[in-house]
Amino acid sequence: MAEYLIKNGHVFDPVQGIKGDKADVAIKDGKIVDKVGSSAKVIDAKDKTVMAGAVEIHAHIAGPKVNLGRIYRPEDKLFTCTPTHGMERMGGGASIPTTFKTGYEYAKMGYTTAMEAAMPPLFSRHVHEEIRDTPIIDEGAFPVFGNNWFVLEYLKNHEIENTAAYIAWLLKVTKGYAVKVVNPGGTEAWAWGMNCLTVNDPVPYFDITPAEIVKGLIEANEYLGLPHSMHIHPNDLGNPGCYKTTLDTLALAEGLKTHNKFGREQVMHLTHTQFHSYKGTNWGDFESGAKEVTDYVNKHKNITIDTGNVTLDETTTMTADGPFEHHLTGLNHLKWANVDVELETAAGVVPYIYSPNISVCAIQWAIGLEIPLMMKDPMRCYITTDHPNAGPFTRYPRVFKWLMSTKAREAQIDAFKHKDKVLSQTSIGSLDREITFYELAQMTRAGPAKSLGLSALCGGLKPGMEADVAVYNINPDKPVADPDDIEKAFSRCAAVFKNGVQVVSNGEIVSNGHKRTLWVDVKTKENAQVKHDISEKFIKYYSMTQNNYEALGHHFVPNPFALEVDATQA
Amino acid sequence: MMETVTITMKNLPALYLEADNVSPDVFAGKTAEQIAGLDVFEGNTTQTLGKYFEVAGKAGATAAETKIIVKGNTGKVKYLGFKMSAGEMLIEENADLYVGAWMKGGKITAKKNVAAFAGLAMKGGELTIEGNAGNYLGAAYRGDWRGMSGGKIHVKGNAGSDIGMYMTGGEIVVDGNIDVHPMTHAEGGRLVVKGNAKSKIGGQSLQGDIIIFGDIEVMMPGFKPVDTVELDIDGTKAKFSHFIGDMGERHKKKKGQIVYANLYKKL
Repeated sequence: MAEYLIKNGHVFDPVQGIKGDKADVAIKDGKIVDKVGSSAKVIDAKDKTVMAGAVEIHAHIAGPKVNLGRIYRPEDKLFTCTPTHGMERMGGGASIPTTFKTGYEYAKMGYTTAMEAAMPPLFSRHVHEEIRDTPIIDEGAFPVFGNNWFVLEYLKNHEIENTAAYIAWLLKVTKGYAVKVVNPGGTEAWAWGMNCLTVNDPVPYFDITPAEIVKGLIEANEYLGLPHSMHIHPNDLGNPGCYKTTLDTLALAEGLKTHNKFGREQVMHLTHTQFHSYKGTNWGDFESGAKEVTDYVNKHKNITIDTGNVTLDETTTMTADGPFEHHLTGLNHLKWANVDVELETAAGVVPYIYSPNISVCAIQWAIGLEIPLMMKDPMRCYITTDHPNAGPFTRYPRVFKWLMSTKAREAQIDAFKHKDKVLSQTSIGSLDREITFYELAQMTRAGPAKSLGLSALCGGLKPGMEADVAVYNINPDKPVADPDDIEKAFSRCAAVFKNGVQVVSNGEIVSNGHKRTLWVDVKTKENAQVKHDISEKFIKYYSMTQNNYEALGHHFVPNPFALEVDATQA
Repeated sequence: MMETVTITMKNLPALYLEADNVSPDVFAGKTAEQIAGLDVFEGNTTQTLGKYFEVAGKAGATAAETKIIVKGNTGKVKYLGFKMSAGEMLIEENADLYVGAWMKGGKITAKKNVAAFAGLAMKGGELTIEGNAGNYLGAAYRGDWRGMSGGKIHVKGNAGSDIGMYMTGGEIVVDGNIDVHPMTHAEGGRLVVKGNAKSKIGGQSLQGDIIIFGDIEVMMPGFKPVDTVELDIDGTKAKFSHFIGDMGERHKKKKGQIVYANLYKKL
């Protein structure tokens, strides 16, 4: 493989503690190395910023729910299509781009690894077909467990070992990466026309509470020692006053310790925190609860979070939180799609316009920015838009601009129709912190990689790590004259390397790389009970046979990369 | 100063031609040669306008000062007047899909027939069709909920089905007859039909006015008769029976009163 030397760039690497020093990054055989030979191809990074490839910890970018959005929103592709050019195939879509456009757009912004945040196990084959067709970036997918009948039945009796064996089996057959929980118990309750809005609302029929599901899944996750922690979208998303349920959910992790060999320190990852940090009792007195939530997370080191920033765009909301989407269509009267996934989960899809002229949307925008600005440890807070729920991932450079420049934030606040309301209902106006380049590298590279248990592989530039490198056209030593320059620089990289292959040059795709599917292969003790329960459920309830369930072989996962876990001694 | 550009079809395309650059906004400030060099799409290939059309005259300095005359067989040409904001366009023969789609201002006159999606999601301006119009006239784009919101469409012949779907404002007048599903899910605007209408009129509509001078083949069960009114429609005074609906939908309240869509059928 080719050797490269990225010379004289300003390097930001939290893994090695490098804070913008001028340094060279050498690449050989797909890895970062100490030095390369004189024949190495030199990339001049003078006056440019060099970071590891960014890591997306939570986005909805592949699978049936995303595709349902694509199918029922042809208008999302209107005027957003890009024709075939150079290496690139045609693409389209703004909030739900085609798979090819998804890969290209991430790569052009310097993202080289991404996690699909909610895989319905029954449709893992569809998820993997889309992952396969998303070029360049390595991807993993989180199967959803929080409303799964096996899990509900085992955890009702606190059977951690059986839950763990089931998780190991499901990760293997669906080629899944982590334990995702969406509105625990609430989505199952939705099948009965109900919901769980607190951690103590019992799930109908199963007679278990969200608190028992969450705690049990953390214990099972740590029993196995998986690379990532339990990854949660709590109950009561998006309602005024929901921060209380969020705090109740976070408290379930209190005192729990992690047990893994991947360098991960948390036992719970709270996703799209913005949607879970609302105070007030209705949309009229709606206000920010970012302080209450971040105060708690700042004090509890066994929790990591991502932000879920509202980008003020027209977008497509989609979640396994079926009851929430029904609630949302009742608010905005736009089209609604709902899917029930047998014994496992459900999903809903509704288009949404985050208008800067609506006070609630503007307050949501402010809360999304307050969270990272109030978090003391950037290694535990990651930037997301919960793509496409709070905005498309292609807006990351704009979110970076708002975080890195008070001037950019002030300009946006001034542009809001209800500026006074934004200032009175949030503390965005009094936050003068500006995220530094180093903190940005923590929030988008080293941090999410560590939380995902990938810190040995990516998120840094230490020799021995995989050569995922992004070079940006911005000089961190020069004061930024116009905040829009930040957005511009992070939108299109000067160069991007994925596993040592140059995939982007001057903002254009130059290679499709060797895309991999990341999954977690757990060895467990033989568990006859769980094996029996699985075959019984397929015979009695599933609409397909067990033989047709597994996502296997070249067609679904052509280039797998398994993280191995031995839980036989657990 | 008003200038005129005449484009005349000389080489018929084998496939349909997407000519979304044919508008006063794009032509403004350009010479005949520059206009002939503009992109058009035939199938998946990019070609120049000049490959198919002879271009004569020149454009004005701005869109408002530019008039375009389209001559020759344009039955396979789409997107004439796409997104235009000002100026004038005269289409002498038949035109294909999306005439005046997303137009914001100015004036288009089509002397013959136009196919579907004319005046789609139109925001302003005037679109006059002297022949017949196809389906989805002044409607919303596929999947979208934002149809025609302003301006005026006048069809001197007949119009097809699903006209004014998701309409929120503006006016459509059809001198002839219309097919099924006019003003589906409308949230405003006005449709006047001088001829006959078929069925599912104003289905799922929340707001807006529908005035039918001729017969209605099948009435919507979701519309309720309320009274008889005398209306003056563009100088024609007549008595109409007045219905409100669609009763199966949610309706907004304005000043304590529930707002319905109105259907007026001439007595």
